[in-house]
Amino acid sequence: MESEKDRNVEQDILNIENLRVRFETEDGVVHAVNGIDLKLGYKKTLGLVGETGAGKTTTALAMLRLVPDPPGVVECDRLEIDGQDIRSISTAKLEQIRGKDISMIFQDPMTALNPVFTVGEQIAESIEIHEHVSKDEALKKAGDMLELVGIPRQRANEYPHQFSGGMKQRVVIAISLACNPKLLIADEPTTALDVTIQAQVLELMNELKEKYDTSMIMITHDLGIVAEVCDDVAVMYAGHIVEQGSLEEVYGETMHPYTEGLFNSLPNIKNRQAMLKPIHGLMPDPTNLPPGCPFAPRCNYATEECSKAVPALKSVGGTHKVACSRYDFDKDFLIDRRKK
Amino acid sequence: MHRYILKRLLMLIPVLLGVAFIIFAIMDVAEGDPVYQIAGPDATEEQLEALREEMGLNGSLVERYFRYIFKLIRGDLGTSYVSKMDVMQLYLQRLPNTLKLASLAMVVAVLVSVPLGIVAAVNQNSLKDTISMILALLGLSMPNFWLGLLLMLLFSLKLGWFPSGGAEGFRSVVLPAVTVGVGLAALLTRTTRSSMLDVLRQDYLRTARAKGVPEKRVVFYHALRNALIPIITIFGVQFSNVLGGSVLAETVFAWPGVGRLVVDAIDQRDIPTVTGALIMTTMLVTLVNLLVDIVYAYVDPRIKAQYTK
Repeated sequence: MESEKDRNVEQDILNIENLRVRFETEDGVVHAVNGIDLKLGYKKTLGLVGETGAGKTTTALAMLRLVPDPPGVVECDRLEIDGQDIRSISTAKLEQIRGKDISMIFQDPMTALNPVFTVGEQIAESIEIHEHVSKDEALKKAGDMLELVGIPRQRANEYPHQFSGGMKQRVVIAISLACNPKLLIADEPTTALDVTIQAQVLELMNELKEKYDTSMIMITHDLGIVAEVCDDVAVMYAGHIVEQGSLEEVYGETMHPYTEGLFNSLPNIKNRQAMLKPIHGLMPDPTNLPPGCPFAPRCNYATEECSKAVPALKSVGGTHKVACSRYDFDKDFLIDRRKK
Repeated sequence: MHRYILKRLLMLIPVLLGVAFIIFAIMDVAEGDPVYQIAGPDATEEQLEALREEMGLNGSLVERYFRYIFKLIRGDLGTSYVSKMDVMQLYLQRLPNTLKLASLAMVVAVLVSVPLGIVAAVNQNSLKDTISMILALLGLSMPNFWLGLLLMLLFSLKLGWFPSGGAEGFRSVVLPAVTVGVGLAALLTRTTRSSMLDVLRQDYLRTARAKGVPEKRVVFYHALRNALIPIITIFGVQFSNVLGGSVLAETVFAWPGVGRLVVDAIDQRDIPTVTGALIMTTMLVTLVNLLVDIVYAYVDPRIKAQYTK
């Protein structure tokens, strides 16, 4: 048992340490990601959760070295995907990895597809590049991919403007899965879709993930989606990870006030009359982060101590980690959700 | 698509009739009475009237217009007042030279401007961008004839590589084409740059990069194809312009093109030649416009979808 655990540690598909991303603009430096660690085992799914602007997408782009530079500056102590050091590899090698070992499903299917090429061509391009097959073969496989995501292959010759939003997202998924990536980063893959289509797309992604043994990072602000597909969860706030652990740990033994706030913002199905309890206020301005805990200004439990230093992410048992100063100087501190 | 082209070709007929009428009316206002010039100051009223009849200048504007149109349909543009030659023939003598110069100038313009604009856009706000934009500004502000003279000084007089004038052989078209082309390249460079800048921000390029598409292919295949529409638009406008002749370059290099034909004809108050050449140019310009619209459809499937609706 112990040895297997060790092996899995050795064979993480993703290992990031102290990732920092800032954007140096004329109006100031935007601190988008401020020192995060992420690890993901093979065939596992990690949910990266947080509000808009928390740095989830930037984190994902940094993994593919796709953060626009300038103005983006990416720094980290370790960035390994499938054992390869992404920081130091050549551009040519990086281009071989992108789309083949790691691929990404983008948030907005409306703008993610090139309007002047057929969807078939766009799926085939990836296959042509990575599998070194003829254009005809690539197009044939592109047709297979379309069928896999539930679009008749005859539509391969159509252009993105002839597809609906849900269909476009399926095409985007087909592109990202075309070369059986080891790691799939799905950036809010269902946000732009109708609720009914959301479920279909999620189900499809889950199916394909199982079928091809893909590891996945699911970026979302929807805790329901996380519960459905993820093994591990990392909650991000203002470029920091504030709580991290397995799905059971984070959902069952929620520690961080922000995570609690996210749960409280969900509609209560059992008690439909219950009011939503939104988190008041806004995420701090990333050009001007507060000195202490970034969540302190919105936190119901915050004390003076909280705004003095940024709390470190500390292990609280198992894989569960939390970054909250209250636990440091108050042994009996517990958020309301746990008290119930 | 074929129906669209056919429709557009049929639409050319009223356009040409309208343009012909406008040209005709303007020339009518501007001309004064050419009969006086030809007959001289001592001619009697009867002599003038006879001459008018002979030259087809009798009757109202509308009457003369329809007479002109019916001749035009048969390919008859009238006779030059000055050389007494058939205007159609005069025009067709010059047309191959103008086509040669215009096409080559456009080739020069595209070869200079598209790479320059792309380099500028990809390296926005860098030294390369600044240099490209300064070159474009220089090309835009440099008087065409002056550039022509400089080129002539260096390449004809000093180095003797190209003839300084005339229209004999391929070598003689090089300097005029470069002169005209460089002037056109300026606007085309700026258009390419701004259009590429627009496209380079698009999400679908990130998708392409995430697929592992090499950066060169991202820029020249994915981005450029999307940036082409404004470039083709400006190309079409400029090509139309040079089809009407490039008077300054033609003058500097003694290039016998349509531009000089028209300007000389204006100087000599040779109304039939001016009218005829302008109408023929209009025809060419409308054809170029049609071609541009057809090319749009092949570049952007969304435009094609609109055409076939």
